[in-house]
Amino acid sequence: MDMKANKKKLGLKEKYAHMTRGLDWETTYQPKDKVFPQATFEGIKVHDWDKWEDPFRLTMDAYWKYQAEKERKLYAVLDAFAQNNGHLGITDARYLSAVKLFLTGISPLEYMAHRGFAAAGRNFPGVGPRVACLMQSIDEVRHAQTQIHALSNYNKFYEGFHAGASHQIERLWYLSVPKSFFDDAFSAGPFEWMIAIGFSFEYVLTNLLFVPFMSGAAYNGDMATVTFGFSAQSDEARHMTLGLECIKFMLEQDPDNLPIVQKWIDKWAWRGIRVLSLVSTMMDYMLPKRVMSWKEAWEIYFEQNGGALFNDLAKYGIKVPDCIAQCTVDKEHQSHQLWLTLCTHSHAMGLHTWLPDAEEMDWLSAKYPNTFDKYYRPRFDELRERADKGERFFANTLPMLCQVCQIPMLFTEPDDPTKICYRESEFQGEKYHTCSDGCKHIFDDEPEKYIQAWLPVYQLYQGNCWPEGTDPTAEGFNPVAKYLEWCHIDAKDTGDYEGSSDQANFAAWRGAATQNT
Amino acid sequence: MAVTALYDYQYPAADTQDKFHGNQLLFVGWDDHFLFVAPLAFSVSPNTKFSDLVEKNLTFAYGRHADWAKVDFSKAVWLKSGQPFQPDFNKTLAEQGIKHKDALRLQTPGLNGNGTCF
Repeated sequence: MDMKANKKKLGLKEKYAHMTRGLDWETTYQPKDKVFPQATFEGIKVHDWDKWEDPFRLTMDAYWKYQAEKERKLYAVLDAFAQNNGHLGITDARYLSAVKLFLTGISPLEYMAHRGFAAAGRNFPGVGPRVACLMQSIDEVRHAQTQIHALSNYNKFYEGFHAGASHQIERLWYLSVPKSFFDDAFSAGPFEWMIAIGFSFEYVLTNLLFVPFMSGAAYNGDMATVTFGFSAQSDEARHMTLGLECIKFMLEQDPDNLPIVQKWIDKWAWRGIRVLSLVSTMMDYMLPKRVMSWKEAWEIYFEQNGGALFNDLAKYGIKVPDCIAQCTVDKEHQSHQLWLTLCTHSHAMGLHTWLPDAEEMDWLSAKYPNTFDKYYRPRFDELRERADKGERFFANTLPMLCQVCQIPMLFTEPDDPTKICYRESEFQGEKYHTCSDGCKHIFDDEPEKYIQAWLPVYQLYQGNCWPEGTDPTAEGFNPVAKYLEWCHIDAKDTGDYEGSSDQANFAAWRGAATQNT
Repeated sequence: MAVTALYDYQYPAADTQDKFHGNQLLFVGWDDHFLFVAPLAFSVSPNTKFSDLVEKNLTFAYGRHADWAKVDFSKAVWLKSGQPFQPDFNKTLAEQGIKHKDALRLQTPGLNGNGTCF
């Protein structure tokens, strides 16, 4: 007998409604708060999870279809890039330092985000956010994979790509900065995670990360990176919406949620801004062909776009974070202060640095008329003078670190760019140092958390950062060399670009592609 | 304020002095000399004489700056935790209360990398 099919297939909207409402169930043999133990301890009150509105309403079959299509395009471009020696089309192999920073510092965060959203999806009692977090979790692991695949092509030709995405994030001193950011978020509850990553990172700051990187890649001929950027971009739009939906949901559910949410926004805006200071060096120094200055990017993507966002949130009582006043000062200084740090420490880094040349310094003077010539040009001049004498300066003693952001204590006082900003707290009889009022405030609010920070310099002094079997009492023991070995960093990966094998290889191969001798 | 957590949240600090094999952490910054971008971290014995700290550890790090040889320590100003501090060069760190993770700031008025603070 034939089955008679009366009904049409379900539409996307109906499918989504079934998946996010109809498929949920009430617990019977365990109380609900035992099944979702993380839902309440942060103090966020939710009265009706069904009020959750996900504007994307994505179902699994639609999701697979979109993503599979993007994958096909991406891998076709990656193949073409590899087969046509796309690596010789970049502006200059200096550009690859930015790519190495991305691979070692950002791709592992994508993986961390994958884990974090999987956990958030498990821990929310509401089905709407649970499904949205699941999708984002899958997106994030896809981003990590596509980035590693896209950049692995460079590993065939250039130094410093061999251990980046997996190994170094837990060991390298400057990578502890982004790692600690995600560890901090992941070890919080699910609601704080959503503000930290879903809102602050994915919404407020994501444009400052992705737009400069992807435009930078396009400007510098890196089609592989541009393509994974585009492939991720449509997901990012969804992630931003999820972050914004989450914060509005919390604020609409109960007025008691406002002070908690405000505290998290203040904290995670500052945490995120400190992490992004690494991106500022990329925009102002690492891209051979510049897109815009960090200051300009900050003004467009944070001050203007972020300003509009906070205007929108003002109706819920949300205020612009206090740290923004500090950021307005910092935008004139931070890329220069940080690049000077990287330049004088790249003997212990997995990427090359270099001193800006005369033309680049003129560009910096034009972009930073208030600060570059006054404070920073003389410093680069002095480093250049030393380098010309064959004494390229690298620090020989390890720096003091901020207990919260883990960046060396290089940032200056809000009212005096010639004085290091020292802040100190005491907890259970022990001293803790921070680089700014923002980081001190975060420390003082939850000292129990930050006293556990894995600070690379102090771990090295404790003897925890050498290969197994290392004898630190042996004659001629060199702690920094042993540290680099432990990080899987080879001498060829480090130091100035001038004289590096990346420089020599790129020149030779491009020469072979464009000349007859 | 305490950490908001599901349980009694107590974990040991990562950098207590007992983990430094008899040494202590000591931070020293030299104002107006950004060739050294941040204050430096030293792992030194509490029995280090202050004169040894200056002549060995600090000179190893800062001696590469032309100003270092010109520092007149009888006129230098030291801060500890932001407060004026008068070190005794003949005493050890422990004897004059320079503890684990103390931050010293050295100020040498008149010396600032020829006006560049570098």
